[in-house]
Amino acid sequence: MININDILETINMIKEENLDIRTITMGISLYDCAGDDIGVVCDRIYDKITRSAERLVPVGRELESELGIPIVNKRVSVTPISLVGGKYSPDDYVKIAKTLDRAADTLGINFIGGYSALVQKGFTNNARNLIESIPEALTVTNKVCSSVNVASTKAGINMDAVALMGNIIKRTAYLTRDNESIGCAKLVVFANVPEDNPFMAGAFHGVGEPDTVINVGVSGPGVVSSAIKRAGHCDFSTLADTIKKTAFKITRVGQLVATEASKRLGVPFGIVDLSLAPTPAVGDSVAHILEGMGLEKCGGHGTTAALALLNDAVKKGGVMASSHVGGLSGAFIPVSEDAGMISAVECGALSLEKLEAMTAVCSVGLDMIAVPGDTSAAVICGIIADEISIGVANTKTTAVRLIPAYGKGVGDSVEFGGLLGYAPIMKLREYSCEEFIKRGGRIPAPIHSLKN
Amino acid sequence: MKAVITVVGHDAKGIIAKVSAKCAEAGANIIDISQSVLKEYFAMIMVIEIADLNCGFTEFANDLKALGEAENLDIRAMHETIFDAMHKI
Repeated sequence: MININDILETINMIKEENLDIRTITMGISLYDCAGDDIGVVCDRIYDKITRSAERLVPVGRELESELGIPIVNKRVSVTPISLVGGKYSPDDYVKIAKTLDRAADTLGINFIGGYSALVQKGFTNNARNLIESIPEALTVTNKVCSSVNVASTKAGINMDAVALMGNIIKRTAYLTRDNESIGCAKLVVFANVPEDNPFMAGAFHGVGEPDTVINVGVSGPGVVSSAIKRAGHCDFSTLADTIKKTAFKITRVGQLVATEASKRLGVPFGIVDLSLAPTPAVGDSVAHILEGMGLEKCGGHGTTAALALLNDAVKKGGVMASSHVGGLSGAFIPVSEDAGMISAVECGALSLEKLEAMTAVCSVGLDMIAVPGDTSAAVICGIIADEISIGVANTKTTAVRLIPAYGKGVGDSVEFGGLLGYAPIMKLREYSCEEFIKRGGRIPAPIHSLKN
Repeated sequence: MKAVITVVGHDAKGIIAKVSAKCAEAGANIIDISQSVLKEYFAMIMVIEIADLNCGFTEFANDLKALGEAENLDIRAMHETIFDAMHKI
């Protein structure tokens, strides 16, 4: 028999603390859509996606009502488009992007990820063409998300790719200037990119994945925040235990949804991503969790330690609750999507440098950060190179999703609305790194003995 | 297959009767009821068997939700599995 208090706890988490399943993402391989004629390839891609994920949204809704928990997003990730066999020009790739967008509309999903290239060691012609097409692709589509992996711990950092991405991000910001440079919110530059991540904008269906797969991303910053509040002034061991227990419960729901979705869709279950993903809604903030631990404001000294504790405890609690864990698993710290982060930036407590330090101990990286529109491509490259180095040196995923908001400067803000939120423009250091970036080539992979 | 109905809100007359009537109408068999009133707040938990439900579960849950809205209560029907998953190892 179920205990009444347990039932009320679950109801309270959903009703008062914004517990939800953030996303059910179906991964779909597009290898078998290869071909010589771009029209045929687009048809194959459209057919494969709409056929494979036909029941994704209805099944998501069914589970939502049966289990009584919101499943916020239903999404699709596909094989990195640059790996779909054939020889394509940048214009061809834009056609594929439009096809993906059309498939997303047909399915009723809100994002489709995988307009991606993996270039950590070097470019194929297709990868280069795809990357060149990104600004236009993100301008002419609404739901397509793009990512580029420019580095890995084993390969080092492809600085040519970093240099290229600086320009691509600037161009994307310019082309989508009438819409707050929103194209950049759908473009992520990665190091050590996970191949089974269900979260956008970085999701794609990795090379070693089965034909189709179901990955689920959980959420629940509000639940963790409330649990910490209830625990009161306890010591760090008790605090970590409280977070672990809460993460366990949250993840169990994710596992349940993932297994049920997989069963009903007849698609293998991949992983549960144990991420604390904030939204701009009140009470759904990772920054507020950190502040709940005793920081006056997120971004002050002590923030990195608090975040490290949180991230570790979430993983420890979540790992036992799920049969397979993967993706980005950790705490997300996107600025525009987190009410607490926005407020910390606005009052000057949280700087870009502190955010960078925080990314050394949690998942993702410099995420959804708006910077002045006149920032040079070289400075953007410098920010990317710094952040990517943290990932490469620490054998972890890091990423950069910057929005150089066209025509805006410090003091302005960008408003995306919905889950993407709004972001105050952050101040950058103005010293040039142009000569450094211009060197080109690769930064060698780091040594992994002599750990210091 | 079991489901759990929870009713939370200000105490009022006839809440149990109304929810039970909906269950009977939909062919749900009530297995267990527990309720408590704390000050003016009312919380009821009902475990029901839904194998013989004569409508879809979504429809049933929506009906109860609508009843809740009309009575100014929060009424939810959820499959038992979510509670098992979260609270049993």
